[in-house]
Amino acid sequence: MSQLAIGRSGSRSGSYPARYSAAGLIRRGLSHKEWPPAWRPHPVKPSYDVVIVGGGVHGLAAAYYLAANHGITDVAVLDKGYIGAGGSGRNTAILRSNYLTPEGVRFYDRSVRLYQRLAADLDYNVMFSQRGHLTLAHNDSSLRTMRWRAEVNKLEGVDSEVIGPAEIKRLAPFLDLSDAARYPVLGALYHPPGGIIRHDAVVWGYARGAAARGVHIHQHTEVTGIDVTGGRVRAVRTTQGDIATRTVLNATAGWSTLIADMAGVRLPVTTYPLQAAVTEPVKPFLSTVIVSGSLHVYISQTDRGELVFGASVDPFTSYSMRGSLEFIEGLAGHVLELMPALSKVRLLRQWAGLCDMTPDFSPIMGPTPVGGFLVDVGWGTYGFKAGPVSGEAMADCIASGQSPEIIAAFGLERFTAGALVGEKGAAAVGH
Amino acid sequence: MILLPCPWCGPRDASEFGHVGESSPRPDPAAASPAQWRSYLYLRANTCGWVAETWYHRLGCRRFIKVERHTETNETRESRQPRLQPAADAGSPAQQARAASG
Repeated sequence: MSQLAIGRSGSRSGSYPARYSAAGLIRRGLSHKEWPPAWRPHPVKPSYDVVIVGGGVHGLAAAYYLAANHGITDVAVLDKGYIGAGGSGRNTAILRSNYLTPEGVRFYDRSVRLYQRLAADLDYNVMFSQRGHLTLAHNDSSLRTMRWRAEVNKLEGVDSEVIGPAEIKRLAPFLDLSDAARYPVLGALYHPPGGIIRHDAVVWGYARGAAARGVHIHQHTEVTGIDVTGGRVRAVRTTQGDIATRTVLNATAGWSTLIADMAGVRLPVTTYPLQAAVTEPVKPFLSTVIVSGSLHVYISQTDRGELVFGASVDPFTSYSMRGSLEFIEGLAGHVLELMPALSKVRLLRQWAGLCDMTPDFSPIMGPTPVGGFLVDVGWGTYGFKAGPVSGEAMADCIASGQSPEIIAAFGLERFTAGALVGEKGAAAVGH
Repeated sequence: MILLPCPWCGPRDASEFGHVGESSPRPDPAAASPAQWRSYLYLRANTCGWVAETWYHRLGCRRFIKVERHTETNETRESRQPRLQPAADAGSPAQQARAASG
């Protein structure tokens, strides 16, 4: 109902979608007029050229780039909840490209570059703060992997280097860098282009940009089946009616196996919850993102001053998104190992999101054995940072019918061909 | 807190266990094609609902056990086949205790 009300006021304003500007902001601020809606809801049509399952950053970015780069606008994005309700709204909003394999580094570097110009492209403030990213090494083997990563990164033109405790002290004075620490910090991989972003704004910005180009976004529309005949997708069944289509993109996280099962495609995916937590706001003191693989924790401070903590995935597979006391106890202990000064800071809340882990810690993107059924899944704990490049590449894949070079290594067929892209050393903190 | 019904030790906190997860029959390495072998290695049902899965009671009896768990609600119940290998004995201590009291 509220959506309809917003829709009416939007059409009345006659300037849908509004172009955001400083002058507009001042005008609205002075007049106290309501903002027009960012996009308009539509009834579900009986057919679409392309149906995208999953209204997160991946699905919406794919829809946006289909319309913006390829002129394909007869596109529906379906979500069983509201847009950004899944992984896109539950991640810790960290962006970086200092991966381990050349394929991975090139891919994530493209994503960071798209994020850098995203606010201008979408006319939407996504609050990208490139504040630098520090991955701490507490033992010789981590330090060795970091040197390896730094060299691969530099070869691919990504700013990344291994630094020692003196430099770490300068960047993050609140870290316990003494030799007496249980896990002394030996060095760190420093990645200046890394940072944090407002993840909801990225989702909303893509939704607004896609909708302005003709894409239909259907929230609270759950996919209940996919019709496949003769090895090709024919239709998608939803709680809002059946949709005839020849192209379906599975852009879900957490439920990717269930959607793929509907089309008869088996995936090498296991689903784990990952928990995160946030503290009460404190004065700004932490200007970089801090990651510790040994302690299974990553920390950043938001623009509001809250400290956001993330961890590794839970110790067993589950589709449950409930938090656990074990997690919060472990997390608090690990954070205090790094920053003892935080012992009096109170936690505000904790939450969980679902991560679709693959055997090699790399995503699965591209066509499947079922004609017209494409996947952009298996995003584990690293999906949000890849939203723009995945959307761009999947749009290219749908428009041209073949996987573009940048995602060629990430196809589903790599698991039967035995050509895995091992990113465990750079993609996860829990190993 | 999630309690797992260990047939040897009774209900215990899930943190005492290592999760092994779903398992499928291992194909014969000599007869399986590379594609079959890799399907066995990598493809998973990843069921959303009741599953019978393997856990390792690392802080208890140190045995591999079968437990049924609902992967969306994390409810657990005793598996109808709690042991991985059928044994000729009278059953696990927990089962014996139940038989004696029942």
